[in-house]
Order: sequence, then structure tokens, then C-alpha cells
Amino acid sequence: MELRQIGTLAGKEFWDRIRNRWVLAVALVFTVFALVIAYFGGAQQGAVGFRSIEFTIASLVSLVIYLIPLIALVLGFDSIVGERERGSLDLLLSMPITRFELLLGKYLGLAAALTFSTVAGFGLVAVVLSAQLNLTALFHYFGFMASSVLLGLAFLSLAVMVSVFASDRTRASGLAIALWFFFVLVFDLLLLGALVVTGGKYGGEIFPYLLLLNPADVFRILNIFALDDVRTLYGLATVFPRALAEPWLLGLVMFAWIAAPLGVAAWRFRR
Amino acid sequence: MAGTIPAPAESAASVIAIRGATRHYGTVRAVDGVDLDVARGEVFGLIGHNGAGKSTLFKMMLGLIPVTAGDIRIDGAPVAGSGFRAVRRKIGYLPENVVLYDNLTGLETLQFFARLKGAPAQECIPAMERVGLTQAAKRRVREYSKGMRQRLGFAQALLGKPQILFLDEPTTGLDPEAIREFYVILRGLKAEGVTMILTSHILAEIQERVDRLAIMAAGKLQAVGTVQALREQMDLPLWFHVRLAPEDFEQVRTVLGNLPVTAVEAREDHVAVQCRRESKMLVMQALASLGAKVLDLHVHEPSLEDVFFGFSD
Repeated sequence: MELRQIGTLAGKEFWDRIRNRWVLAVALVFTVFALVIAYFGGAQQGAVGFRSIEFTIASLVSLVIYLIPLIALVLGFDSIVGERERGSLDLLLSMPITRFELLLGKYLGLAAALTFSTVAGFGLVAVVLSAQLNLTALFHYFGFMASSVLLGLAFLSLAVMVSVFASDRTRASGLAIALWFFFVLVFDLLLLGALVVTGGKYGGEIFPYLLLLNPADVFRILNIFALDDVRTLYGLATVFPRALAEPWLLGLVMFAWIAAPLGVAAWRFRR
Repeated sequence: MAGTIPAPAESAASVIAIRGATRHYGTVRAVDGVDLDVARGEVFGLIGHNGAGKSTLFKMMLGLIPVTAGDIRIDGAPVAGSGFRAVRRKIGYLPENVVLYDNLTGLETLQFFARLKGAPAQECIPAMERVGLTQAAKRRVREYSKGMRQRLGFAQALLGKPQILFLDEPTTGLDPEAIREFYVILRGLKAEGVTMILTSHILAEIQERVDRLAIMAAGKLQAVGTVQALREQMDLPLWFHVRLAPEDFEQVRTVLGNLPVTAVEAREDHVAVQCRRESKMLVMQALASLGAKVLDLHVHEPSLEDVFFGFSD
């Protein structure tokens, strides 16, 4: 592997997103949403103003779980199929680079753009809130940021996979939206439905583990179980196996969700 | 066959060596058992109608499309092998209707490809100069005309001082002046010993500028050789246009009637005589024996178009 070439490809993807203000726009969206949630999230309960980091993170998780997968899929679905459809892929592939290097370079560049916007967007909020946060709260908030980054990278990996498989951009965008629906909206409903239909009699104990098959759920568990207060808030403390609440284990699962789709994409793209 | 430069047998001199290269798409044989050798320093033309398979063959030579069967080697290395990265550093490629990145400037485009090729960044500005884009170096490709994009694509192909250039329809979108400049650059590259393989649909244009060419149709190379050799191989008849005073027409008919000519036609102010190539000198001598009666003489050799359509029909 030639790191220089991968770096060149990644650099182009990253600077393209900086130049067309994609990074700025996404970072602003995150900042604004996070601030609104932190200060007005409790308005329904009749209170306005920053309440607690647990409350803020719990609200942010509900938002981010919709938003980040969508942003990541939109960012990545075009990466390969777009070059193919425009006609620039052949020239790239004629360069002294392997197909894997091309794929990895593109992924890393887009990943850097997504990570940068996420960290900048939520990081700015951390700076604004820092006066009201103690060290533990800041630690939790950074945990939330890190898991948001991982969530984005996992869905970006899925998007790049879609981009390799799809024959044209229209299909790629359709597939990307379908993945979003499946993982963000349908997956939990299916599990819930299965639980209800079986009355919880069969295999109830494996259901928590099935959540690992969805990176969005892994993200949710990561954030909820890190915080005792939030766990209580969700009423989940008793039903969820303790073993799954290990952040390092969930982090590992998240890395698998980043590596696996990228691996499948590389396998397919090689042919 | 006089004047034929035979394709070199597999030897160290072959920069491109293709053996039985075949590519199937389902039951369609896009490229069907192609054998070809291109010698170092040679300028080689590939012509054929749309759908003849020349673009597919081009991409197979670059390792962009894998072969279904057969073997393609560039500089001794199989195109699909692991050693091909080293070979690719020696290759420049200008795709047909080159697509570059609209959001980059011309110079940034070259810098990007130079880094990918491992070519020194200092080459970029001279490359811009070579194709006459110095003034537009800092402008975005979005603002470039089609001809300027084509020139930028060519500059990109020249990065890294390639020893082998693959140029797919390189003069598409260029105005006549730019086409002339393009071939001046090509002559310079040939003098430097660069091997070039180019496709074109403008036969008259390529005819003057290639050492050898191949005519491709239905996925096969129908003929390979110099323009002269292809003409001879096809054995297309040639025409003599002999201008005479009308009263001499009959006498000429009689003289030529005894020769192996294939047609004699009286036209408005001349007689048109068709014969096979091997009879050419006999006809010449007979016409010379007519002395001052022949007012003017014009020999029409079959053009590359005639050869081309002869093969691809």
C-alpha cells in the first residue's frame, strides 16, 4: 500500500468538502441543534435553560441518531458511482494506484470531512457550555461526540459500499435512503414486533444482542449505558445485559460496522 | 509485399504484446482473439467504427477491463499482475472525452494527478505551457471550453514523462490550429522515443501521422500494417485519369485494350483507366508510348478510407 497516494486521494475529498462549504454547513447544523436542545429541550416541561448534561445528551442522542446516518449516507453514496457516471473513474484507475487504495483514500477523505464537522459542531457547543459543566459532565459529552463520530463513520462505510454496488447514481441514492429507513426506522420496530408476537416467550434473552446488528442501536446503547441517570430515564437499567454495557465492547462492534461494509466494498470493487 | 514493415515478433522491442486477448459480455465478443505487438518508439493508430471494440481493447491494455481470455503485457509485465504499478508509472492516458474535476483549477488538476503518479510537482507548470494553457492555469476547469479540457487532459497524460502514451480520440473538440499544435507535440515526443498508441475516427488525420495502424471491426483486428501495406494487402484497384484530345480517345482504348486493365471509361475530358496494382507499370509504359497525345496524367491510389471501408464492411 502506498500511503502517499491514499493521502492524495483523501486530501482531495476533504478539501473539496471544505471548499464547497459542506463541512461548515454540517458543523453549523450540529451546533445550532445542540444549542437549541441544551437550552430549550425542557420547554415542554415548562423550563427553559440548560438543565443537566444527562438530559442534554439523552435529547441529543435522539436527534443525532436520525441526522448523522442521513448525512453520512448522503455524503458517501456518490463516492464511486459518481466518478463512474461522470466518466472520471477510468482515468483514476489508470494511475499507479490499486483499486483498494482508491476506495480507502476516498473513504478516509470523506471520513475526515464528516469527523471534522461533527467535532467542530458539537465541540463548539462544549465550549459554550463549559462554564456549566464539571469534569465528569465534559467527559460524558466527549464520549457522546466520539460515539457520534463512530456512528457517522459506520454509515459512511455503508454508503461507500452502496456506491460500489450501484450501477448508477439514482439507484445508489435510492439504496442509501432504503438503508437509512431500515436501520433508523424499521429495524427496532421489527425487533419490537417480533417480541410482541412471540409474547417474549422465545429467545427473549437474545434480543438485546440483536441490537448489535444495527450501528444506530449500538450508538444508542453506548450513550445511554454510559450514564446511570440516563439509563434510569429510559427505564432500561433492569432489562439489558450488563455485559453489553461495556463501552469498549460496543466500541469494538462499532469498528466492525466501519470495517465490514468497507471490506465488502473492496471485495466487490476489485472485480 | 514491398514496403511492409512486419509486426515485430515477440521480442524485447515489443512494448505492448497482446496474445489472443478476448473479452466477452455474455454472448457478445466485444474483443475477440486480438494479437498485436507495438514496438518501442512506434506511433500506432487504432481505427474502427463505434462499437468495433477499440475502446474496450484500449481499456484492456490499460488493465481497466480484465481479459476473459488471453494475455496482455506492457513492457513485459502482465496488465493484471502485481508488478503493474511500476509499469503504470511509465504510462500516460488520455481517455476519450476526458472528464476532469470542475471545482479544481487547471493547475490544481495537474498537481493532483502528478501526486497520484508520483511525478514531481515542478512538472505541472511546464506541462501547462506545453499545451498552451498557461494563461488559464489559475482558472477553474468549470470555465474551460471543451478544447481546453482536452488540452488539460493531454497535459495530465504527459506528467511523469511517460514512455508509453495511450491517447483515445485525442483531437476531439480541438480546432484545426490546436490539432496542428497537438501533432507538433506528438512529433516531439516521438523524437524522444515515446511509444504512442492512438485512436481516431478522422482517418485522413491519422494516416499522415502513424507508423502503423490496425483496423478493427466486430472485435477483431481485420488488418495491421503501414498505410501502404494495407493498401497492397487489400489489393484495391487504382485509377489512371488520362487527359487527351477527344479525337484520341479511340486510339487509347485500342492500346489499353490489349493490357490487363479492369475498366476503361470515357469521361468528359479524360479517360479513366482502372487496373490492379501489379499492372501499374505496364499501363504506365503503354501510356508513355502515346507520347505527346497524353496531355496530363493523374494516378489515384486507394485512400485509407477505401481500405478502411473495404475491411470493415
